[in-house]
Amino acid sequence: MQSDSILRLVWIYPDLLSTYGDQGNVLVLEQRAQRRGIPVQTIHVRSADPVPDSGDIYLIGGGEDRPQILAAERLRRDGGLHRAVARGAALLAVCAGYQIMGSTFGGEEGQPVQGIGLLDIASGRGAGRAVGELAGEADPALGIPMLTGFENHMGVTRLGPGVRPLARTAVGTGNGDGTEGCYAGKTIGTYLHGPALARNPGLADLLLTWAVGAQLPPIDDSWYDRLRQERLTAVLPQQA
Amino acid sequence: MTQLPLRAQLASALGRTAATLSRATGRGDGSVIGGRIGLALEPDLLSQLARDRRLALVSATNGKTTTTRLITSALQELGDVATNAFGANMPAGHVSALASAKDAPYGVLEVDEKYLPAVIDATGAGVIALMNLSRDQMDRAGEIWLLAQKWRRALAGKNTHVIANADDPLVAWGASTAARVTWVAAGQPWKEDSWCCPECGGPLDRKGVDYTPPGGHVAGAAPLAMVPRPVEDDWACRECSFRRPQPSWFLDDDAVIDPRGQRWVLDLQLPGRANRANAAIALATAEAFGLPVQAALPRLREVRSVAGRYTTVERDGRRARLLLAKNPAGWLEAFDVLDRSLPVILSVNAQGPDGRDTSWLWDVDYRVLRGRPVFVTGERMLDLALRLDVANVPFQLVASFEQALAAQPPGKVDVIANYTAFQQIRAEFDRAV
Ligand SMILES: [Zn+2]
Repeated sequence: MQSDSILRLVWIYPDLLSTYGDQGNVLVLEQRAQRRGIPVQTIHVRSADPVPDSGDIYLIGGGEDRPQILAAERLRRDGGLHRAVARGAALLAVCAGYQIMGSTFGGEEGQPVQGIGLLDIASGRGAGRAVGELAGEADPALGIPMLTGFENHMGVTRLGPGVRPLARTAVGTGNGDGTEGCYAGKTIGTYLHGPALARNPGLADLLLTWAVGAQLPPIDDSWYDRLRQERLTAVLPQQA
Repeated sequence: MTQLPLRAQLASALGRTAATLSRATGRGDGSVIGGRIGLALEPDLLSQLARDRRLALVSATNGKTTTTRLITSALQELGDVATNAFGANMPAGHVSALASAKDAPYGVLEVDEKYLPAVIDATGAGVIALMNLSRDQMDRAGEIWLLAQKWRRALAGKNTHVIANADDPLVAWGASTAARVTWVAAGQPWKEDSWCCPECGGPLDRKGVDYTPPGGHVAGAAPLAMVPRPVEDDWACRECSFRRPQPSWFLDDDAVIDPRGQRWVLDLQLPGRANRANAAIALATAEAFGLPVQAALPRLREVRSVAGRYTTVERDGRRARLLLAKNPAGWLEAFDVLDRSLPVILSVNAQGPDGRDTSWLWDVDYRVLRGRPVFVTGERMLDLALRLDVANVPFQLVASFEQALAAQPPGKVDVIANYTAFQQIRAEFDRAV
């Protein structure tokens, strides 16, 4: 965190990329920080405005093809997010926002569109739409429990050597090769769209830990746990 | 009056029989199954059934069924009206509706947003009413900008009179290729899907309204006192020439102002701002059929509930008013209807018709519910429970709607449910209408 001890969340382009519950990630981070006594300031950056580079955690969400292309153009021109990540800020990029972070992604007609190059990935358009529940074991190095969520995209993402998969899929499509999402440094990308952090408080705490630079005390997770358990039970193959 | 070819007559008669069977066997309202059988026999049936009638199509994300009902009630002043009153809003439902009222000179059809282009082509409808477009069941409904673009293409070059909400930028864009548009200032409380210009992607500036992110969320701020009132809702793109068209009809609080400047107090039985907006569209649509406000408005006032929406069901002295809300914009409108002094029961499912993804719950600003007893039920009650917990809204989890109702003191309670949750409650009360 910056020296003034307020955690700064920066939500990038909610006017372009906030199609389906992306606000949930902001609300969950706010709640989990505040319940630990960490004051939070949330900054919403509209697409016509510059991205400040002084934030601690940046969030970017999902959206339709056309806003995705517009967002990529504006982020590249703006440069604020690049400076923030270079400075050591954490970033959670979801769905369309995830694809933007790579070198290319598929446009409206599947044509390659230039990304902003913050993650070593390249995305294209898959044959069909991946819609449904997704579950997968997170990379053990991250020390977080199984990921659960919902995906809704047509993307296929190839991971380069500069990133590690976020999870191995047990249910769902994710990147399309048995992995889901990726991470490098303090940047996380995922196809778990909308409120991914509501289903995965461990992922939320990972981002908070990176930003705060210290371990966080546990908080009451009972509603999170009940929802996770219900969803995982509903989607995972029954174990003997 | 309509003379159908023999094959089409047979198809439509078979369709009616199937619909009767479906009702008799209790498998539904009967409106879709009849149309499906009819369509399989005669693909051109919809075109033939539409011929020689004056038709209005009604489409939007929210308010389709209610507005269809309002327009139908008004046009009954002119003669018999064929309509798909049970919300079967795809071509099979349209066939079924028109076939079961063969001699009706008028038709009012609720049309699913995605099917609108196909139904415009098939029916050649002379009047089309378009109210709003917002995020809705993304796992199956697709993307609304693309939807609006398809409307544009379908309307271009047709001799159609469109009645459209000028306050919804996406609807204004979708309707503006039509040869003739009557613009209605019907308001737009949910703005989260239209902060960017549909024409060029630039920022839309709105008079008197600052940008607020989805759900009206402002970190640390006090909860919104109520749904923002539909003040003069001007908007314009900062980067291109696209801007709000000049309306000729206005929703003005509890009244509608017609193109001659006359103010009509609506005084509907249906509650809430959204229904006043639907009524404004219905009055403009009725006028497109030559029916003056003076004659149409009393008909709108007769409507008390629509396919169970807004109806009150009673059990053991508990009187529950049923509100349907299928997406974030719908919840915002439902909150506007709630009686602040009453407890509220919320029921959420995620079956196919609801969308299997509950992410949309995070786009709804539930903080307005603080300060009243809140009961949470439905198949996805845990999703809603966490959502309310994060919003600091105290609530009680209950296993079923029945138990939620039994937990109330005798008296009134409001209920908001999404689609299948709503239908389950209706079924418990013998398909309350
Ligand atoms: Zn523009």
